[in-house]
Formats: sequence, C-alpha cells, structure tokens
Amino acid sequence: MSITKAISFTLNGQATRIEVPVDMDALTMIRDVLKLTGTKLGCGEGECGACTILVDGTAVNSCLMFAVDCDGRELTTIEGLATPAGRSVLQRAFVEHGAVQCGFCTPGLVMQGTYLLRQNPGLTVADIRRGIEGNLCRCTGYQKVIEAIAAAVHEIEKGDRA
Amino acid sequence: MARVEHYAAPRGLKEAARRAAERPATVLAGGTDLMPQIRSGKRALAPSLVNLRRIAVLRGIRRDGDGVRLGALTTVTEILGHPLLRQRAAVLVEAADHFASVQLRNMATVGGNLCNASPAGDLIIPLLVLGARLELVSWTGTELATRELPLEDFFVGPGTTRLGPGEILAAIRFPLPPPDFVARFRKFGTRPALDISVVSVGIGGRRRNGTLEQVRVAFGAVAPVPLCGRRTAAAIDGHPLGPDTTAAAVSAAAAEIRPISDVRASAWYRTELIQILTARLLRDVHHEGH
Repeated sequence: MSITKAISFTLNGQATRIEVPVDMDALTMIRDVLKLTGTKLGCGEGECGACTILVDGTAVNSCLMFAVDCDGRELTTIEGLATPAGRSVLQRAFVEHGAVQCGFCTPGLVMQGTYLLRQNPGLTVADIRRGIEGNLCRCTGYQKVIEAIAAAVHEIEKGDRA
Repeated sequence: MARVEHYAAPRGLKEAARRAAERPATVLAGGTDLMPQIRSGKRALAPSLVNLRRIAVLRGIRRDGDGVRLGALTTVTEILGHPLLRQRAAVLVEAADHFASVQLRNMATVGGNLCNASPAGDLIIPLLVLGARLELVSWTGTELATRELPLEDFFVGPGTTRLGPGEILAAIRFPLPPPDFVARFRKFGTRPALDISVVSVGIGGRRRNGTLEQVRVAFGAVAPVPLCGRRTAAAIDGHPLGPDTTAAAVSAAAAEIRPISDVRASAWYRTELIQILTARLLRDVHHEGH
C-alpha cells in the first residue's frame, strides 16, 4: 500500500475531509470510500464518460483524476445536481424525453450536459453532438439525449438555471 | 501497483524540482495518460509522486517578447479558447479541437502531451511546425537550473524523451508566426473524437508569391518519434505551389517516413494516408486566400 494523505474539499456543497491513498483515483474515492455510487465506472480509461463529474465547475473524467488532487477543490457529482426545489432542468428534460434506457451512461451524460449548458446556455444541436463525444451510450443511439439537452437549452432561454 | 512513499503538491517550481531530484519521482500533470498507464501496468509509479498542479507559474498562455509562452500545465481547452493563438497560431488550435473529448481536453496538459512522447501525440505535430522550444528545469542541489531544447530534439523513442532524472518541463515557447505564415494540421482516425491518430500531418510556412518559404513539415504516428519531415519541407520550400511541387512533396514524404504495422493500421495504409493528407494540406494552403 502506498502512503495516505488527508485532504479536504467540498463535495456537493458539503465540506468533506478524508484520508486517501495517494495513488487512488477520484472515482474510487467517490464510489468506494464516500459511497456515492451515482458516478459510474465504465472503461477506466477516459473513453466512455460514465465517470464524468464537475471539478471547480469543469467536466472531467473522475477515473483519470488522482483523489489527492481533489484537495481544496469543489466537486459536484450527479447526487449534487438536484436542489431543494427539485431536479435540475436537465434532469427533468432527460425524464421527459425518455433519454434513458439502461441508465448506466446517464449520470455521466447529465453531468456533461450540465457542464455544456453552463459553458454556453445557447448551445446548438451541433454543439451538443460535439460536446458529448466523450460519453458513450450503447442503448439510445444518442438522439433522445440530444433532444433532452436541446430542450434544456429551451427551458434556460425561458429563465431556468442549468 | 507500486508503493508510493512520498507525496508532495508544492506551490513553487523550485520545491517541485527539489522533490523530483531527491529520489526517483513520478511527475503528475493532467494525469490522463499516467492513470491508465499505471492501471494497465504499462508504467509503475516511482517511490515519490510530485503533483505539479498547484504551481501557478506553470499555468497560462502569454506573449513573451516576439513569441508565445505556454506554461506546461496549460490545458488543451485553454489552448482552444485563446484569442491570440486562434488568430496567430491557428494550426495549434486546430489540433486542440481534434484532441480526444471535452472532458479530456479539460484535464490534459500540453506538457503532459509532450512528455508522454507518443509518436501520435496530437499537439506535438503543430508545435513542431511552429518551431517550438522547451524550457526544462532541474534542481542542482543548491538552485534551479534551466536549459532550452528544440522540441524536435526532445523525443528519443515511444514514451521516452531527453528529460534527465528529476528534470521538469516548465514551458513551451515558439516565435509568434508572421502575418504571412500559413499552416495546416490534419489527423486521420476512424472517428472524429477520442481516437488515437492513425497518422497526422502538419505543414507550415510563409507565403511568398505563390510559394511557401521557411517550410516546416511534421508527421505523427509514422516513426518511433514524431517526425520532422525535412526532405518533404525541402521539396516544398521556394517551389511554386501546384501539382509538380505536390508530387515532389508526396514522394519525399513517402520516402522519409518509417511507419510500422500495428493494431490501428498497416505500414502500407499509413504510407497511403500520409501521401493523401500531404497533398490535401498543400492544396488547402495553395487555395487559401485565393
């Protein structure tokens, strides 16, 4: 075993302090140590996007991030998207458009979609297609996913927050 | 997985270099190559892990005299969105735009892409075309020493570079191309995103009266290291752009690459692709602005 290091960060708005082996990846920390299992392990190589989370507001593959590098940062996982007021606009859009089949890729796609909407609330369909290149879905054929994100763009134009 | 006995995430470059010199160290930048290499057993972590990601001086893109300086921790996303680069070094932005996926572009660093030393590294080809030089730092025992190295001399073989033990890539510099400079990058893969290049080509030079001068050519994934196409560049340099020059460049390219057959393509196919892409890039450069 490698040495461990105490780190602290904000996870879904909550101050978190834990000790992690310095060679652990952030996804393992999130799933196995912190027991937030919404974020999925797909390929473990950064190809599939199932492990996408936001770090300081930026979408990254958590399977490629060193857990120790979360020190001092702000992490958002799929568990942190809903507000007391309910599901986020994109979460609602995924449900309304049936953009989910087996659901394994969904947390990653919702996180990536959220990132894209926050970066550019006026996303075009072409932007959406390019923006989810790093997320694999083997069920939906992507069409409903794209429709859901496009619908969220529409809701945001009407005044909702991403 | 190897046992890591020391970990540091210093804020200063001097401290990082000192840590890296102290004992065998793995240096962490974006982690996107390092993590899968560790997981697959392709690479073992050294007893010391030095995380560079808190070092502010390794970040940022800025004018530096008559050139541009990219801190080694500059992410691919930062390159993609940078106004000066978009305007004056579009060939680098073009490569950044075809780099992996959004999530990986947000994490992966230019320094990591160079130090990983893949013959297919996407940012390497445009940086060769731009005539980049590297700023390497190391700890002498008492102070920080800096040396410069042309990027084209950096690579030794797949995954190996001329970085000395404990040496850290701090920055990449290249002269800001003059207004008459044109350059193009093209990679070929089976899908636009997240594909390791089967081959890639970059060509750049200064446009003068229907010719290109001071030409630089670079080829990816057709040799053990990213290759400077000197003979191809010579076949283009100063010759009128058009079918004859293209034919000469294409045959020079085929003669100087050293492709292998692997899981992504056969050597024969790579040679075909290099010739086609070289011809297309020259055509694009020729017709641009006409």
